[in-house]
Amino acid sequence: MKHSTFFTFVFPSLLAMTLLIVLPVASVVTQSLYAQHEQVIETVQNCGPFGCSDEVSVNQEATKALRDAEPLGRFVGLDNYLNRGHLAAGEVAEAWRASDGIGDFWNKLMNLPFYSAIIFTITFTLIVTPLTIILGFAIAVAVNSANRTIRGPLIFVSLLPFIITPLVGSLVLFWMVDARGVLGQALQWLTANPDLSVKASTPLMWAMLMVYGIWHAAPFAFVVFYAGLQTVNQDTNEAAMIDGANRWQRVRYVTIPHIMPLVTFVTLIQLMDNFRVFEPLVSFNAAAHAQSLSYYIYSDLGGETRLLNSAAATSVLTIICIGILLSPVLVRTWRDFKGA
Amino acid sequence: MTKMTKLMGATAVALTMGSAAFADGHGCAAEGRLSIIGNEFPAIQSIAALASACEGVAAEANLTADHQTLNLAGMSGNPAEYTTAVVANSSIIALINEDVIRPLDGLIAEHGSALSPSQLITVDGKVMAVAFMANAQTLMYREDVLNDLGLDIPTSYEEMLTAAEAIRAAGVIENPIGGAYAAGWNLAQEFTNMYLGTGGEFFESGTAKVAINNAAGVEALEMMKALSAYMNPDFLTHDSNATSAEWEAGNVALMNMWGSRSQVLMDAEGSTPEVYENTRITAPLTVGDSGVPATTLWWDGWTVAKNISDEDAAATFIAMAHGVSPTLLNDETMNQAVWLIDGFEPQAANEGVLAAVAAGSKPYPMIPFQGLLHTALGNELSDFMQGNESAEQALADVEAAYTAAAVESGFVAE
Repeated sequence: MKHSTFFTFVFPSLLAMTLLIVLPVASVVTQSLYAQHEQVIETVQNCGPFGCSDEVSVNQEATKALRDAEPLGRFVGLDNYLNRGHLAAGEVAEAWRASDGIGDFWNKLMNLPFYSAIIFTITFTLIVTPLTIILGFAIAVAVNSANRTIRGPLIFVSLLPFIITPLVGSLVLFWMVDARGVLGQALQWLTANPDLSVKASTPLMWAMLMVYGIWHAAPFAFVVFYAGLQTVNQDTNEAAMIDGANRWQRVRYVTIPHIMPLVTFVTLIQLMDNFRVFEPLVSFNAAAHAQSLSYYIYSDLGGETRLLNSAAATSVLTIICIGILLSPVLVRTWRDFKGA
Repeated sequence: MTKMTKLMGATAVALTMGSAAFADGHGCAAEGRLSIIGNEFPAIQSIAALASACEGVAAEANLTADHQTLNLAGMSGNPAEYTTAVVANSSIIALINEDVIRPLDGLIAEHGSALSPSQLITVDGKVMAVAFMANAQTLMYREDVLNDLGLDIPTSYEEMLTAAEAIRAAGVIENPIGGAYAAGWNLAQEFTNMYLGTGGEFFESGTAKVAINNAAGVEALEMMKALSAYMNPDFLTHDSNATSAEWEAGNVALMNMWGSRSQVLMDAEGSTPEVYENTRITAPLTVGDSGVPATTLWWDGWTVAKNISDEDAAATFIAMAHGVSPTLLNDETMNQAVWLIDGFEPQAANEGVLAAVAAGSKPYPMIPFQGLLHTALGNELSDFMQGNESAEQALADVEAAYTAAAVESGFVAE
C-alpha cells in the first residue's frame, strides 16, 4: 500500500484519537502542573438575616487581574504530585524515619488518603478480575451444556446483572445487606451475632464491594466466553472423547487453549474497568471504609470549592497506574504479534 | 347526589383558588428570561412555581439535589444558562469566588421596594443575594419515650447522653440517638456544629491558617464519639435521608435534625401515629459550658447571574422578588419553611429554627475557604469515629489535608 493511501485510510481515526484522547490527556497533564493564583484576601463586613460580622473575602478585582495575566494559574511543577493529597513525599519520608517497624510505617502510610485509595483500588482489581473470569467461564460452560430449549431464558437471566445500571444494582445490594435487610439478617443468623453489621465493618464492606464487582461483571465475561465456546472445534473434542478424556480434561486441554485469546481480551477490559471502580462506592456510602482513585477524583471535584489541579494530578497518576498494570498483558500481546 | 355536587363544588373552588394563586400576575410583569437552578425541597418548588407565573417572562426551572455541581458551570458561560441560582450561605461562596453573580443594589433600588432589609445578604456593602428562609439543625425528640421514663427534655449533649443511657437501660430502644453522621459532608457538618458549640474558632483571625487541633476540637470529637455509641452501628453511612427514615421507623428517640425536614417528619405520611404524633421539636443542644448552641444557622436565598443581559437580569429579579413576596404564603406553603417573608406565622414545625435564632446560634461561616475545610473534615474524621486513631491525630490529619488543598487553591502560601 502506498503511504498516501495508508494515510488517507487512517486519517479519520487518527483525527478522532487526537481530539478525543491525546488533547484531553495533554490538557490534564498541563493542568496538573499548575495551581490556583494566590488569592487576594481582605476583611469585609458581611450582613444577612442573622446580623453582621467581619469576615474575610476574596478581592475580585485583584484576583481577576491575576487570572487575566496568567489564565492557567501558577506553575508549580510537581508540587501537586508530591503534596499530602497525592504521593505525599514529605509525609512518607517522615513516616519512614519516625516509625518503629514496618507495621507502624504501613499504618502511617494508610493514613494518607492517596495511598489508602490506591491500596483499595489495587486489591479490588486483583481480586475481582480473576474471580470474574472464573465465574464467567463456569457460567458459559454450564449454559453451553444446557438443553437447547432452556438456553435462551438462561442466557437472559445470566445477563441481568450486567443490564442493571451500576448505581441501581449496588443500591439494591446496599439495602439487602443493611442490618435489617434480607442478607444482613441472614448473616446475623449464620454467625449467631445479632450486632453484626456489614456497613459498620471495613473488611466486610470491602468484601461486599468485591462481591458486587464480581456479580456485576461476570455476565460480560460469560457472554464473551459463550460466544467463544460456539467455535470450539468439535472434531478435536470428539477425538479427545474417543481417547478417553473425561469432561474436565476436555475443558482443560481443548476448550481453554481455544478461548485463551478471549481470556486475554476479557482480562484487559476487566483490569481497566475494575481499576476505575466508582459507582458501588457512591451507592454503598462507603467513603468511611473504602476510597478508590476515581472516588478520590470525584470528591476533589464535588466539594463546594473544586480542586481542579488536584483532580488532574490524581487522574495522571491513575493513567500511570493503569499503564503499569496492563504492561504484562500488553507485552504478551506484542510478543504474540511478533511471533505471528 | 348532594354529596357529589358538594364535592364537585369544593373541587371547583380549590381549582379556582389554585389557578388564582399561580396565575396571579398582579404586580408582576416583565419582559425577559428566567432560568432557575436550585435544590428540590418543597419551599423552593413553591417559589419557582410562583416566580414562573410572572407575566411576560420566559421561565424554566431545574430543581435538583445536584444543583451545586451544576450552578457554577451553568453560570460561567456568556450568556449564562441559568439567570438565577438558589443558594445557601455555604454554596454562595463558590459563585462569589468565581465572580458569576452580580451585585443587586441597582435592581433593588429600581424594582425591590417590597423586600425587607433583613432579607438582603451583603458582602462588603454590596447585596449579593436575597434570603427567603432560615434553616438550622435542632433537637427532635419523642415525647412519649421521654415521658414514659420520666426523663426531662435534654438541653445539652451531656443530658442527651444521660437520657440515651436511660432509654437503652430500660430496654425501650437499643440505639436511641439518631444523627446524620455519614462520612463526607454530613459528618463535617456535625463537627462544625459541635466545634462552634464548644466555642472554637476555625481559623487564625483574618487569615486562612486553620487552627482546630486544640482542646475545643478534641472536646467536640470526644462528644461525637460518645454519642455514636448510642447510634445504629451503621451511622457512618447515614445521611439526613437515612436518619429521617430511622426516625419514621421509630428506631430512634433523640436526634439533631434540619428544620427544613421537620414538617415531613411530623406529618402522617411514611410513619405510624405512635411516632409522628409524639414527634416534638425544640431548641438546639449545647455542649460544655460555652453557652453557644452546637448548631449553625443557614439561610437560603436567590442570586442573579452576572453574564446575562440587563433586560434578563431585571426580568429575573422582578420574577424572583414576586416569588418570595407575601403572595407566596398560604395554608399549604406556610409550614414548608421558616420564611423570612412578611406575613409569616410560625407553625409547630418551625419552633426549632426560631429557638436556634433566639438562642444566639452562629451562622455557618461565609468564608471563601470554609468549603475546603468542610471537605477535609468529611474525609479525615471517619478514621477517628471508627476508633482507628486518636482525636489529636484525626485533627492533625484534617489540618494537613486542608493545608494541602488551601496551598493549591492559593489561600495559604507554603
